Amino acid sequence: MDNILSVLVFFPAIAGLLGFVVDKESARSYGITVAAIEFLLSLWLWLSFDTANPGMQFVEMIPLIPDVGVNYYLGVDGISLFIIIMATLMTLIGMMSMSIKTNVKNMIITLLFLEMTMIGVFVALDAIIFYLFWELSLVPMLYIIGAWGGPLRVYASVKFFLYTFMGSLVMLVGMLFVAYVYHSLTGVWSFAITDWYALVLPVNYQLWLFAAFFLGFAIKVPMFPFHTWLPYAHGQAPTIGSVILAAVLLKMGTYGFVRFSLPMFPDASVLMITPIAVLSIIMIIYTAMVAYAQKDIKQVIAYSSVSHMGIIMIGVFAMNSEGIGGSVFQMLSHGIVSGALFMLVGMIYDRRHTKLMSEFGGLASVMPKFAVIFGIMLMASVGLPLTIGFVGEFLVLLGFYEISPVMTVLAGTSIILGAVYMLSVFKKSFFGPVTKEENRTLKDLTSKETWSLVPLVAIVIWLGVYPKPILDPINNSVNAMLVFMDEKAITAEAKDIIKVPQSVIKTGEVK
Amino acid sequence: MLEPIKVSLESLNLITLAPMLLAIAGGLVILILDLVNDKLHKSLYVMLTILILIVDFGATVGLSVNERGFFDVMLIDGISIISQLLIIVASILFTPLALTSKRFHEYSYPEFFALFLFMVAGFQFMVASDNLILIFVGLETASLSLYTLIALHNRSNSYEAAVKYFTMGALAAGFFAMGSAVVYALTGSIELYQVAQILSVRLHETEIMMAVFGSSVLLMVAMAFKLSLFPFHTWAPDVYEGASAPLAGYMAIVPKIAALVVSIRIFGMYIDLGVEWVRVMILVLAVVTMTIANLMALVQEDVKRMLAYSSISHAGFIMAALALDTTEGTTSIFLYYALFMFTNLGAFAMLWISRHKVRYFNARYDHPYEKFAGLIHIMPMGAVIMALFMLSLAGVPPFSVFWGKIYVMQAAVNAGFVWLAIVMGLNSAISAYYYLKLIVYMFLKEPVKNTDTVYYNLSKPLMAVIGFATVATITAIFYVQPLVSYLYYMISASGY
Repeated sequence: MDNILSVLVFFPAIAGLLGFVVDKESARSYGITVAAIEFLLSLWLWLSFDTANPGMQFVEMIPLIPDVGVNYYLGVDGISLFIIIMATLMTLIGMMSMSIKTNVKNMIITLLFLEMTMIGVFVALDAIIFYLFWELSLVPMLYIIGAWGGPLRVYASVKFFLYTFMGSLVMLVGMLFVAYVYHSLTGVWSFAITDWYALVLPVNYQLWLFAAFFLGFAIKVPMFPFHTWLPYAHGQAPTIGSVILAAVLLKMGTYGFVRFSLPMFPDASVLMITPIAVLSIIMIIYTAMVAYAQKDIKQVIAYSSVSHMGIIMIGVFAMNSEGIGGSVFQMLSHGIVSGALFMLVGMIYDRRHTKLMSEFGGLASVMPKFAVIFGIMLMASVGLPLTIGFVGEFLVLLGFYEISPVMTVLAGTSIILGAVYMLSVFKKSFFGPVTKEENRTLKDLTSKETWSLVPLVAIVIWLGVYPKPILDPINNSVNAMLVFMDEKAITAEAKDIIKVPQSVIKTGEVK
Repeated sequence: MLEPIKVSLESLNLITLAPMLLAIAGGLVILILDLVNDKLHKSLYVMLTILILIVDFGATVGLSVNERGFFDVMLIDGISIISQLLIIVASILFTPLALTSKRFHEYSYPEFFALFLFMVAGFQFMVASDNLILIFVGLETASLSLYTLIALHNRSNSYEAAVKYFTMGALAAGFFAMGSAVVYALTGSIELYQVAQILSVRLHETEIMMAVFGSSVLLMVAMAFKLSLFPFHTWAPDVYEGASAPLAGYMAIVPKIAALVVSIRIFGMYIDLGVEWVRVMILVLAVVTMTIANLMALVQEDVKRMLAYSSISHAGFIMAALALDTTEGTTSIFLYYALFMFTNLGAFAMLWISRHKVRYFNARYDHPYEKFAGLIHIMPMGAVIMALFMLSLAGVPPFSVFWGKIYVMQAAVNAGFVWLAIVMGLNSAISAYYYLKLIVYMFLKEPVKNTDTVYYNLSKPLMAVIGFATVATITAIFYVQPLVSYLYYMISASGY
């Protein structure tokens, strides 16, 4: 099946359309079935994926507006493959654990459309198609936050939409400018990213374009100081909204840096390493401190999520195989772990209708299963060895050590600070005597909840112990990209900093 | 002894007049029909109007490019053909909106449809000539018909709107006449192609420069009134509010296309001649218009007024493309309006079907935001469709207006105006807020009144029109390619 990517993109959308007909009572089962089929399809994509080939696979290309150079152009490589699988997995698990009672049918349809846009962003190889899915993904999320969220939901959803929309419009101008440069050099209109990779731009152009793309991606990540929309969005969003937002939507930003900024503007990226690393370190330390000050568990996880995105950003700008590969891996790990944590918080919220830590205490004795799973996810989030969180974080720090040991040490505080706020959450909520009467009668996880969390626990431990099957294809594609960036860089400084992995040089394997 | 003037019929090239004559003849046929039998139903007149417009469309498509006719005052170039086609298509789409389930005063008069056809003919004359007098005649024919059409909507604020529009229109006509007079005094000609020839030789003379300044400022003011550019836009929201929703939607498109074509002919000529400050003036007006109108739209309480400000902002957006003076820039004007037409038609049709005879929700406004609160619970389909139109207007891909926006911005980048593209992008981001406001009301709020009568005015023909607008808005990605290549071909063939 060569067109499996199109199937992956449009299957949820068609299912969403047909979902309007499905009866309200059955909507939930319908959604879970569709999401499961979509997940199996994505696994099939992995099975038929040639892990030895670092380039784009399952490429599809249909001209849409040839006069302007817009094509329906899809493809997948090692970098995007696993993010796609994570997106389908988290949608499936999010739906399974969903506890929403009102308007379930609308929610299911919205989620299916959201799934289409998420997959679309990660498979698009044409800038306009990428932008199309990127913008479209805002609409279902706006509805999810705005319709099922907390008391300030309208404010939070509109802030989320406008913030991201503004950044991406500046990015759009950047895209149009690249297309213009491409046209003036080659005489052909093209928005294909693979064509753009071949452009060698002067450094000042690169810097301006880097800035334009940066605004679009950084708001989505969200990087300090553009992160203010995220705590609102998480604070007000329903559980399922937070899960998808943290697990997949934020990854669009970091993925954008890997897919666009690095290979297209290698010299500018090298020049921007220090500013971005500084912003990321501020993001890591500052938001970790803010997280410690929170009273609400969900806010702690929201801020910790921003803090961990800082680690991913630093890895992307390490300019070597460990750093970039590690940060792609960290995207997966962060997606699974923070998704699971948001689900866990949602479960306790459903029982107690509060997320304040002061309301809990001693939960471990009342809800042992819940406490165990929460504990495992918390350890993975902190980056305990043998969990998924360790692999990515370690690789990122290892990679960035080559750039700057001092900054790596500062970034490494994320593990300590993370342990501080996470363990204090755990202590306040789970240990000690049961202080509130209401908490004595809390029910432990139901089988539905357990079965949606167990797969995540299994993945967290499996990939923590043996990450090779995932790391290898990621590294293949990352190495190819580094070789290519090194060749393309025009300044000596960039050539020096972009590290081509030794194995690639030996075999002389060039993309 | 006066020599008898001999004119051969071939040299008149009367075929260039055929489209307008068809529309005028159609209007007369409708009047005669009413004379013969005055009990005919409005549906007959609606269908008749559509048929006449279809014949008009056929006659326009058949014209060959770059011809002159009728003592050389008619100019059939690519721009005049595509703008006539756009005018006719928009008219065809807006006519069936008369077939509401409730009876409205104006449609019971056949004169409405006759005037409508005369107006279309007027606009066609306006775009199909480069003779300033004929442009003026077309402008006045169309405008006078339009004032009457607005006033026919039997409401006190419709009269107010019509009088306001008439006053402003008369003022604009005065400016246009004065500007044309200066051009004539300057060059001894009112044919723009001759004006261009004369000016290109004498442009270095100081007096000529002064006169060029006078004429272009006067003409600019006239066009700015018609295009509702800042600071001449203040009439627009009141007039839109007073006019019926179909006419308001129509006014956001057709008169503006016609005025833009005239602007392209006049100001494009000045920019081509190297009068750089005309370009600067247009850019400043365009940027200020789109920004101010966007900010004003943020604080509106009525959806129709919001849409009025939004259409002012879109006009500013597109006016900026005129300043680029490249083939792509000119193409983008028509592409934008072609794509904007469907979404705008849909949005105003949605207002039209939610129109009540009595103001249930607010003593001041017909369509306050509260009216649409919780629409998703009352009529999910209607809410989803309205949301689609709003997202399209905000420029969210893949809906139709996005492709127009991206083409305009690409044209700006290509012409070296990257800052303009960024201003456009930021303005789109501002505009997203007020479009979202309606979506928020429809999807995220509870209905304010226990009423399921929001879709009071719905009927099958209206559903068909809205369905068509929805399909055209969603599937834009598939027809942008043929549209762009046709428009680009026609415009480059006529040398712009």
